[in-house]
Amino acid sequence: MKAERNPKPRNFHQAKWDEPVIFELSRRGERGVLVPEIESEIEECVGDGTSILPENMRRKVPPGLPEISQMKVLKHYLHLSQQCLGADLNVDIGQGTCTMKYSPKINRLLAVSPKVTELHPFQDESTVQGALEIMYRLDLFLREISGMDRFTFQPGGGSSAILAMVSIIQAYHDFNKENQRDEVLTTIFSHPSDAAAAAVKGYKVVTLYPNEDGYVDIEALKKAISPRTAALLITNPEDTGIFNPQIAEFTRIAREVGALCGYDQANANGILGVTRAREAGFDMCFFNLHKTFSSPHGCGGPATGALGVREELKDFLPVPIVEFDGEKYFLNYDLSNTIGKVRGFYGVFPAILNAYAWIMSLGSAGLKEVANVAVLNNNYILKKVKEIRGASAPYAAGKHRIEQVRYSWQKLTEETGITTEDVTYRMADFGFHLWSSHHPFIVPQPFTIEPTESYSKDEIDEYIAGLKKVVEEAYSEPEKIKAAPHSSVVHKIDQSTLDDPEKWAITWRAYLRKHKKDA
Amino acid sequence: MPFRKKDEKIVHPYIPNSVPEVKAKMLQEIGVKDIEELYESIPENLRFKGQLNLPEPLLSEHALRSHVEKILSKNTTCKETISFLGGGCWQHYVPAVCDEINQRSEFLTAYAGEPYEDHGRFQALFEYASLMAELLDMDVVNVPTYDWCQAASTSLRMAGRITGRKEALIIDTISPERLSAMKNYCRPVMTLQMINHRSQTGLMDVDDLESKTSSNTACIYFENPSYLGFIETQGKAISNIAHENGALIVVGADPTSLGVISPPSNYGADIACGDIQGLGIHMNYGGGLGGFIATRDEKEFVMEYPFRLFGITKTSVEGEYGFADVAYERTSFAKREEGKEFVGTMAALWGITAGVYLSLMGPKGMRELGRTIMQKSQYAMKKLSEIKGLKVPVFRSPHFKEFVVDFTDTGMTVESINKFLLENDIFGGKDISSEFPQLGNCALYCVTEIHTKGDIDKLAQTLSLCSQ
Repeated sequence: MKAERNPKPRNFHQAKWDEPVIFELSRRGERGVLVPEIESEIEECVGDGTSILPENMRRKVPPGLPEISQMKVLKHYLHLSQQCLGADLNVDIGQGTCTMKYSPKINRLLAVSPKVTELHPFQDESTVQGALEIMYRLDLFLREISGMDRFTFQPGGGSSAILAMVSIIQAYHDFNKENQRDEVLTTIFSHPSDAAAAAVKGYKVVTLYPNEDGYVDIEALKKAISPRTAALLITNPEDTGIFNPQIAEFTRIAREVGALCGYDQANANGILGVTRAREAGFDMCFFNLHKTFSSPHGCGGPATGALGVREELKDFLPVPIVEFDGEKYFLNYDLSNTIGKVRGFYGVFPAILNAYAWIMSLGSAGLKEVANVAVLNNNYILKKVKEIRGASAPYAAGKHRIEQVRYSWQKLTEETGITTEDVTYRMADFGFHLWSSHHPFIVPQPFTIEPTESYSKDEIDEYIAGLKKVVEEAYSEPEKIKAAPHSSVVHKIDQSTLDDPEKWAITWRAYLRKHKKDA
Repeated sequence: MPFRKKDEKIVHPYIPNSVPEVKAKMLQEIGVKDIEELYESIPENLRFKGQLNLPEPLLSEHALRSHVEKILSKNTTCKETISFLGGGCWQHYVPAVCDEINQRSEFLTAYAGEPYEDHGRFQALFEYASLMAELLDMDVVNVPTYDWCQAASTSLRMAGRITGRKEALIIDTISPERLSAMKNYCRPVMTLQMINHRSQTGLMDVDDLESKTSSNTACIYFENPSYLGFIETQGKAISNIAHENGALIVVGADPTSLGVISPPSNYGADIACGDIQGLGIHMNYGGGLGGFIATRDEKEFVMEYPFRLFGITKTSVEGEYGFADVAYERTSFAKREEGKEFVGTMAALWGITAGVYLSLMGPKGMRELGRTIMQKSQYAMKKLSEIKGLKVPVFRSPHFKEFVVDFTDTGMTVESINKFLLENDIFGGKDISSEFPQLGNCALYCVTEIHTKGDIDKLAQTLSLCSQ
């Protein structure tokens, strides 16, 4: 055997432990951790403690949890972790729109300090001045970055922030007795939750589609907008990485009919310090602290959608907001038109802290450098991907993009039968993610790449080499791709049981009941 | 351009392609002279001119760490004092293995990958759901949502869709903050009507429930243990009333109680929901929340979940387990506004952590946990009830880990009592005198497995000094 040094893409094989399901590790009598002991004086005083429960409220059958010693539990979950590719382990640029940047370890170290983890949200304000100060200062930073006047960190993610925005929109129109407003406008290249959260609040959703430049025609907007429009919810640049240059005109038209404008800035990575929500005419916006502002994604949360509004909408924010009176920080519940709560307490404090530390490490020039390099990296990739046979970048031909691009494998599929889905599975064999896109697939055979500022040119080149390798195979040995992945944790998954109520198994007990009747 | 520190150009450690030679090479490849050209689509009038007014950056890791640690040092934690705060966020013991696993780079920095490169995430969250299912004695559990507020809100909306009805009846002893979130989430699609409790026991006024339940009722929501700590013992009777009227039962439950207390499904709940923070997740100033929803494995329930559901299946290799999304087409990821509510980034890492916790605890651990909490909280109630002027507990019912203390007869406000306790390094129970004014000067106290006899005795001693 001979190992080739530094091939691109590299030779990769993901850890594969053939790991049992946790219940299969159970051995009767084993213990993983012991509970603090009860003092004998307490036991003498109150007895067993559970004897006060009426018969009907006592648990008769113990829960069917596994019994596993501590090291076995540890090993099992370490094995599972090895079967997962975090951004720390790969060139994570193929999950476009997700902004998989570096989450600095120093910030993590600070976020797991007992000074963070051991705080209770109902502590006296005098005992949490440090936490409140960080929240207040981050609010100030985000005001500057967006041009908005006040932020809340209560929403637990981007979708929660959208729900909060729509709630504010509804409360605002109710307050002004404009109850005829029953429609929300959005665009197909804005996040699915912009449409879905509006529907949760009872709105009819009107979705606008792009022209050949990649953004909605101003005439199409004028046609759709009316006195029934409650709001325009829009991303810019959209999932295509195309910035709508007429955005200020969009918000002006919306304002003219009395609608509010909400800016989905979950991902603002390419425009930090370049352009802001205020100048574009928005009434509110939100940033995902786990995207642009580096808090780790955690397999999908915990997270924060930091929601900012103009002064006129401050009284509609969820309560409380953090204030400073010149001497001390405090929680203000006194907002006259508040929508109430959208999540318990004040938000995901570790995410808030991560974002604060990240901004403090970069400053104004640093944030702009983040945006500039993210855009540089993206346009470099755009150039490289367009050179790959079978790939294309629909819309805005010849133009540069901001922080990401939605590409298409349409030609590849036509010429080889290899689809986006096939490519994503084969990319896993080289230690890469490649994500298709949000549904519906307006761009045929879509894939979305967003490099952020975090990856070096060499790493980006390696990723491109991975794409090229898969495309070469598509033309020479497509069956190899169809059978992929080959070097991953598992082989091709049988999807047929997952949509069938008779067969799907969402828990181990359901699996045993449906599939192991005889075992 | 890389930014400057004095006169020196700095390549920031987080931005590798700031190296001037690399930048120049990439620009050359793209075919532009300057990064500015790449922003051609952003018109001049939208450009932010000048510098953002932010503090000077702390470029060295050392300076950054010192700065943040200095701010954080102004906090006093529950570990540095004795805390009796609960009310939706609880101080429980967090096993070391829980922190070890949720700080692994692989889990911490993963996101939305496919079952192939992120298979471990799918299996870990399937196992989380499976372990919760055992605790709850139900067959379906979601990948966690944000918190109990969201889990309860969505449970009501699911009940509304399943029954085709628009009114939810809610027990009035619920946390007012949770109720606020539920009202906002349901407005204007569903209405929430409150059911009274009985003042002696805190239990639901079943007569009031019967008079309010109708063919418009989508569901009846109550909590066990309640926000005010007592256990609702009439579950079966309440369920019967709901089911006779074609309504569903939704119960908010504390999973740390389920080693000793009947799971909601055993007294008729159709949907159980609640928070997983108590299962191995630090309080994090309220950032450790995660919401669960559990139901039976019936299509009409499963298809109404908005959140991710991970299932176990086969692969092309015989005997190999595969894990992937179940019924993805119901989600907003698949269908935007036509999907069920919405799904997004929620609290997956805490789900993995809670799975680790339940794996460590096992059936015996959960039973011992529940029993210890009940013993210690009963001891605390007994000690406090011996203090003149205190009425403990306010409700004559069995309690789990929280209970209401009435200070009215001391003539002092909870605020002044808590101030006195704080001077003695004790965080007193949550002041609920404005949340439940009809109860008087009351506070909600929480006692868990981490409290010692010494802690409780100190509280009792300090309170007796204070009420003299």
